[in-house]
Amino acid sequence: MALDDIYKEVILDHYKSPRNKRELPGAELQCHANNPLCGDEITVFAHVQDDAVAEVTFQGAGCSISQSSASMMTEAVTGKPVASALELVGEFRGMMAGDVEPDEDSFGDLVALKGVVQYPIRIKCAVLAWDVLQDALDGAGSASGAEPHTTA
Amino acid sequence: MRLWKWDEHSMDQPMTGLDVAKIRGDFPILSRTFAGHPLVYLDSAATSQKPQQVIDAVADFYANHNANAHRGIYSLGEEATERFEGARAAIARFMGAPAPETIVFTRGVTESINLVAQGWGRANLSEGDEVLITEMEHHSNIVPWQMITSQTGATLRYIPLTDDGLLDLSQLGSLLTARTKILSVTGMSNALGTITPLRQLIDAAHAVGALVAVDAAQLAPHHAIDVQALDCDFLAFSGHKMLGPTASGGLYGKAEILDAMPPVMGGGEMIHEVFHDHSTYKAAPHRFEAGTMQIAQQVGLGAAVAYLEGLGMDAVRAHEEEITRYALDRLIDAGATVYGPKDASDRGGAVSFWFKDVHPHDLATIVNEQGVAIRAGHHCAQLVMRRYGVAATARASFYVYNTKEEVDLLADALDQAQSIFS
Repeated sequence: MALDDIYKEVILDHYKSPRNKRELPGAELQCHANNPLCGDEITVFAHVQDDAVAEVTFQGAGCSISQSSASMMTEAVTGKPVASALELVGEFRGMMAGDVEPDEDSFGDLVALKGVVQYPIRIKCAVLAWDVLQDALDGAGSASGAEPHTTA
Repeated sequence: MRLWKWDEHSMDQPMTGLDVAKIRGDFPILSRTFAGHPLVYLDSAATSQKPQQVIDAVADFYANHNANAHRGIYSLGEEATERFEGARAAIARFMGAPAPETIVFTRGVTESINLVAQGWGRANLSEGDEVLITEMEHHSNIVPWQMITSQTGATLRYIPLTDDGLLDLSQLGSLLTARTKILSVTGMSNALGTITPLRQLIDAAHAVGALVAVDAAQLAPHHAIDVQALDCDFLAFSGHKMLGPTASGGLYGKAEILDAMPPVMGGGEMIHEVFHDHSTYKAAPHRFEAGTMQIAQQVGLGAAVAYLEGLGMDAVRAHEEEITRYALDRLIDAGATVYGPKDASDRGGAVSFWFKDVHPHDLATIVNEQGVAIRAGHHCAQLVMRRYGVAATARASFYVYNTKEEVDLLADALDQAQSIFS
């Protein structure tokens, strides 16, 4: 049944019990975006230390795909060098575009989102948090204490 | 006068009833299946499906009568013009308009409201004037007014909503004043289903000297409309929501108001004479129809209103009320939270809801697996969403071809959503 491809156990688990869903006081990186089509919104907070993603959290509201993707993302990038985190953003987008076969080791739970590719209109839901993370990390190279900025 | 007295009306007369099985046979798309499930199309508030009669009218125009309207001297050009203007006359009759010339063809409500705002509004609004709309409006009846009030220095004000999804008219006296130049209001909300008290609003606006524009995008497909009895000054309608082609539709305007209104778009066919430094314009409605129009589409809309007249608009409304009442019962029984009026006699067939803790986007994906097409999102009514504290809702909407069995299929699909998310 096709619905099993999208509503996998791991997705529903992250949706019902999201990881790292909280504000991050003192986070030097903070970005927000929404999907005007459906009203989903995500804010990503990140703390970067020694060119590595020390801590990432998110706040937001939306469908199971957007929220579980954000939750899994925070787990996947925490502890990674900023460059590797950005690389993962690219690979994740590639998986959602259907042209990157995910590496199960680096993707972990994220592989579960691959089924969303069969639902083109929902791909934006899955990618939303990653767009916000990229915006946040793109600011990591600039002077610390940059103003939080907003996209979309 | 029955626009807001449906309940009395339907008690006075026996329900005529639609032959829905026969109607469904006229809509070829309803025989489509998705993953083995027949299409259950519950998104007619976004756009209606088209009967074969409308598809044939468009095809016949292109196959046998296509030429530009109002241009060719040759016989084919005359046929095209006759069909185009014949559609205008049919639509005028359908809307109770006094003459075909009071109907300006547009792509639909969005273009119609922009025409009123930029045409009438630019000529008549200035600082100190007020435009009154409501928080219930579709973005197409908000954004054009934001644009023209910011261009003219006029002020935009809103009639608020009650918790029950009705217009809150308790402060109408302070909102509708001598400063109000125009009230622009929906006849039926696309997000809440609410039928607004047009008679009361139009009388109140005229009492302070304000004009009234009605957004009939949702009302016109489901209710008999008589613009003269209503006494509205403008009424905008979208053909694609009432069985017609996309890009068909128009704007009714009182003759004396259209005659005094400057054009918004300049170009071919709207002019009388062109000189180096100025041009003179044709009379309404052609003054507002620059360039080659959507001729085949408006011909198709002519066929659509003929189809609706054949069904009888009282029967169309009675069917909508019956299926909406059934849907409200089933959805509420299933545990859904419905936004807007709960009594089907006060509302149309666009039913917005949240089902337990299943996000509307997820719900739409899950019911789609059963062939059920519902809308999920803000329905171009973000002020409504914000008023009720939701980012999005699911919405099922019904039309002449929908059955109670289809409502049952939606309700069954809700059960499946619950089993996935519980």
